[in-house]
Amino acid sequence: MKLHLTDMRVLKPLLFFGLSLPLLWLLWQWGLLFTGKTGALGANPIEATNRFLGDTALRILLLTLAITPIRDVIKWAPITRFRRMIGLFAFFYVSLHLVSYFGMDLLFSVTALLKDIAKRTYITLGMTGFVLLIPLALTSTNTMIRRLGPKRWNRLHKLVYLIALLGVLHYFFMTKGNQPGPWLHLGILLLLLGWRVVKSNSLYKFNGIKIARR
Amino acid sequence: MIKISKPWQLSENQCTPEKLYLNRRQIIGSIGLTSSLLATEAQAKTKSATTPLQLTAKASEWSITDPQTPEAMATSYNNFYEFGTDKTDPAKYAKAMTTDPWTITVEGEANKTGTYSVQDLIRPDELEERIYRLRCVEAWSMVIPWIGVPLRKILARFEPNSSAKYVQFETKFEPSQMRGTRWPVLDWPYVEGLRMDEAMHDLTLMAVGMYGRELPNQNGAPLRLIVPWKYGFKSIKSIVKIRFTSKQPSTSWEKSAPREYGFYSNVNPDVDHPRWSQATERVIGGGSFSSLFSRRKTDPFNGYGSAVAEIYAGMNLKRNF
Repeated sequence: MKLHLTDMRVLKPLLFFGLSLPLLWLLWQWGLLFTGKTGALGANPIEATNRFLGDTALRILLLTLAITPIRDVIKWAPITRFRRMIGLFAFFYVSLHLVSYFGMDLLFSVTALLKDIAKRTYITLGMTGFVLLIPLALTSTNTMIRRLGPKRWNRLHKLVYLIALLGVLHYFFMTKGNQPGPWLHLGILLLLLGWRVVKSNSLYKFNGIKIARR
Repeated sequence: MIKISKPWQLSENQCTPEKLYLNRRQIIGSIGLTSSLLATEAQAKTKSATTPLQLTAKASEWSITDPQTPEAMATSYNNFYEFGTDKTDPAKYAKAMTTDPWTITVEGEANKTGTYSVQDLIRPDELEERIYRLRCVEAWSMVIPWIGVPLRKILARFEPNSSAKYVQFETKFEPSQMRGTRWPVLDWPYVEGLRMDEAMHDLTLMAVGMYGRELPNQNGAPLRLIVPWKYGFKSIKSIVKIRFTSKQPSTSWEKSAPREYGFYSNVNPDVDHPRWSQATERVIGGGSFSSLFSRRKTDPFNGYGSAVAEIYAGMNLKRNF
């Protein structure tokens, strides 16, 4: 049987590989460090690793929200079949981000973690986002979708909008000064959410015109 | 309304594009470069002007003996938001800053105000090498051999009057050369300040070099402050203005987040930054792989307490953070 490039059996492994690249790059950089070389992670590799994992997690999370607008623009419905994998990768990178902060920054001190969560706004926001992601990751299987029923499942997964906002706010509250990075990510998030608002409004108006003409 | 152009008014397409105008020196410079390529080999060798100048300086008793941060790290990992908020940005983009000619304007409560050159302020025979620990407010530290002149010697020449209680410093602000200033990360230009007794303390250095050479742009060329018992951001870079004031001057980080950064900003392990602990610090460039994970305990006043604690006697340092 011949496989075409547009076949899901080709596209999905390709996407899996693409979403793994940030991690593979990071492992390669840590390999360099282990052999005593300074790589792209620079003079403070722990900070660079935390930042890189956080950036990657937030960007992949925003990518899951970009699937619907991309589908609407390129008019190719099968693209939504990638969303689960992208969402799970977002969860994976958020988890790695947390592990790198907890392990390398706090040296696995639970008291330090609890203190941070209670005391530091950006950690509180980030942790809330992570905790809310857990039920979404757990209910990502076909069995769970069936068990919850599509309506309830959909309602639960609307949480991703709040989680993405928490991610951007976490970024805002962790930076010093008024940096452009958080604004850029907020802008992208608002664009992606705005698309949905405009679309639902325009569908309503379209129906309205139809009714008026009748 | 009909717009009638006056004969002397130029249309948009008759103007020199701003980009070309702003780059005019570069363009002329590149013409020079082309012609020098045609010149003899001997002439071509004069391009050594771009390599940093070696500086000779006396050793100082203030120097610490801790292992020094590798030069490559001290010059490639630092904050200089005028060139971007990533700590690798200064090394990437600070080359665009012109440091010659450079003038320093002295204003305010002093007898000898005016405009000075770097050479007016820095006398080669006064240069000292000071190996200091630099403690960043972000909880990392480096050990850097600076070369400079004690600030007190420079300030004394301006003859500050009795109203001069504080001194404020200002960093160069030139958006065409400093890409980070095109976004309002902070209220540009960057300003910092010291109380007069802090400025006149012998530890406070006006640095012009590091690691035996003149300062690279990313570390604050051609001259910057080093106040080793305070968080790094107090050690203002690329100074163009010195102003003697009677009132406590505002500082950039205090303006940006008064809850997080105070005027004094003395290194203090007992006063946390609202977003992270200041009890320990990561030592940059520790050498071994395992040292990446270790942290050292932060010392009060960054270890310079025996020299400076007395000037804060009776002050509540938790409130005056």
